[in-house]
Amino acid sequence: MSQLNLAVEIGGLKLRNPVMNAAGVLGLSANLLKRVYEAGAGCVVTKSLGLHPRRGHPNPTLVAVEGGILNSMGLPNPGASYFANEVKRLKGMDIPVIASIFGSSPEEFIEVARILAESGADALELNYSCPTVGRERCLLDADPENIERVTSAVKDAVDLPIFVKLSPNVGDIVECAWASERGGADAITAVNTLKGLAIDAELRRPILSNIMGGLSGPALKPVALRCIWEITEEVEIPVIGCGGISTWRDAVEFLLCGANAIQIGTAIMYRGLEVFWEILEGVKGYLEVNGFTDVNEIVGLAHET
Amino acid sequence: MSGSPMRPELLRIATISRVEEESRGVKTLYFSDRLCSEARPGQFLMIWAPGVDEVPMSLSTISRERVSVTVKLVGEGTRAIHKMRVGDRMGVRGPFGNGFTISGSRPLLVGGGTGVAALKPLLEAMLADGVEPTFILGARSLDDLLFRSHLEKLLGRRLFFTTDDGSLGFKGFASDLAIRLMGERDFDSVYVCGPEPMICKVFEEAERRGLPIQASLERYIKCAVGLCGSCALGPFRVCRDGPVFNSQQLRLVRDELGRTRMDPSGLMISIEP
Repeated sequence: MSQLNLAVEIGGLKLRNPVMNAAGVLGLSANLLKRVYEAGAGCVVTKSLGLHPRRGHPNPTLVAVEGGILNSMGLPNPGASYFANEVKRLKGMDIPVIASIFGSSPEEFIEVARILAESGADALELNYSCPTVGRERCLLDADPENIERVTSAVKDAVDLPIFVKLSPNVGDIVECAWASERGGADAITAVNTLKGLAIDAELRRPILSNIMGGLSGPALKPVALRCIWEITEEVEIPVIGCGGISTWRDAVEFLLCGANAIQIGTAIMYRGLEVFWEILEGVKGYLEVNGFTDVNEIVGLAHET
Repeated sequence: MSGSPMRPELLRIATISRVEEESRGVKTLYFSDRLCSEARPGQFLMIWAPGVDEVPMSLSTISRERVSVTVKLVGEGTRAIHKMRVGDRMGVRGPFGNGFTISGSRPLLVGGGTGVAALKPLLEAMLADGVEPTFILGARSLDDLLFRSHLEKLLGRRLFFTTDDGSLGFKGFASDLAIRLMGERDFDSVYVCGPEPMICKVFEEAERRGLPIQASLERYIKCAVGLCGSCALGPFRVCRDGPVFNSQQLRLVRDELGRTRMDPSGLMISIEP
């Protein structure tokens, strides 16, 4: 009945709408990701996959804080080869899949990328910067030189859209965005969680077993918006916004800020899987009320005022 | 989303007010917590033994004055919890999950091992509602039967014992007696918690007889708030969509039930019989 267009194209990846789950959220099985897609998402994003299975950190791995949560899951994943079958299952159901990947060296990134490209993934999101495994040196430090080197190595190795997920835990995120662009990234996902810590006053100790964790949820939103603003002022490639989006209004703000698509994570805790539907309906309502016919029309409008 | 302390996902520190040794390797820890006092039977908590681990536990007592969890010693985390004494403090998140729904007036409750703990507050709620439950209390041996005298007081002749070694009551598994009783008596619903192979058998028999069932299941739980996916069971998250599943949901996970489960890395591994 409505003539609204919600379809978007991100670095060559065509999606029915711009909403997806964030990496790490529900991405451990095809069955759960299918539910995300059925809940309304335009595509699904896997848990970050490495070369070998990882059990992640011991519990507690999640603690609620003011304005969000801290998690230190520690990149649990069954390994790229195992998960390749889950990707195939999703592709069998015609669900677009972005595989999130990580590695400890450019060679490892390439190997993981090849496995998932072969499995039929529609795009790869490179996770350079999960804040919960820093000390283990499991990932490359997210410095611009490494970002460029690994991005271009993966880009050369597989024939898929490559998205680079950037961390807000850097001095200058624009440097990282430029490096991604120079490395040939087709889009940037901004941002990963913000490194944080929670202490319990009564027990006088950090709560997370890993001590440090990543902050997500509403408290991250202004940081994410700031990062997206800075990035979209400086680079040409599309941006997928991520960080504290809980409602359709948040989603609209990210689009106005310059994000071409958005990812949802923590809001699923507050609002359940229905949050995908709620956000899509809300965005549609906003477009209609404000006289737009295409979601792409509002991307970046906040920069023009 | 406000900073209200009534958000179940927020960590609280609870002081242990009483410790009860139930049977070999099984202890019940009592404490007070307002949110837990309002929990539904079948909901679970994350119990944090500081510096060791955080583990999911069903509430085994739900009342205004105090609540409890009943913990079987199985690993490092539960060992740390077992070492706790009156006055010691532990972290509590929850209650999480959906809990049981009381339906029907002649239910059969089947509890095996520490699975009985999740059924105990359900039974108490049923009795308060005027429902007349029949309860099968199963364990490996006489000494392992949980809450025996408490359940006897509540149920009288509607309590049946099963032990694997025959040291009390029916010799065999709780599921074996459940299958027999379902044939002999007129139940209108079934509730089950315990080892998954046992749940499987009770579910299949309930299906054969067209009896609605609610089963409380267990998986590896990390976030407990439906985000991380570590507790995946088919299309469900045990922490959020469960831990209690109804007949319709169980039919959807028949190929996994009692056979496979997700390990902490996300690999599907087989469940040891």
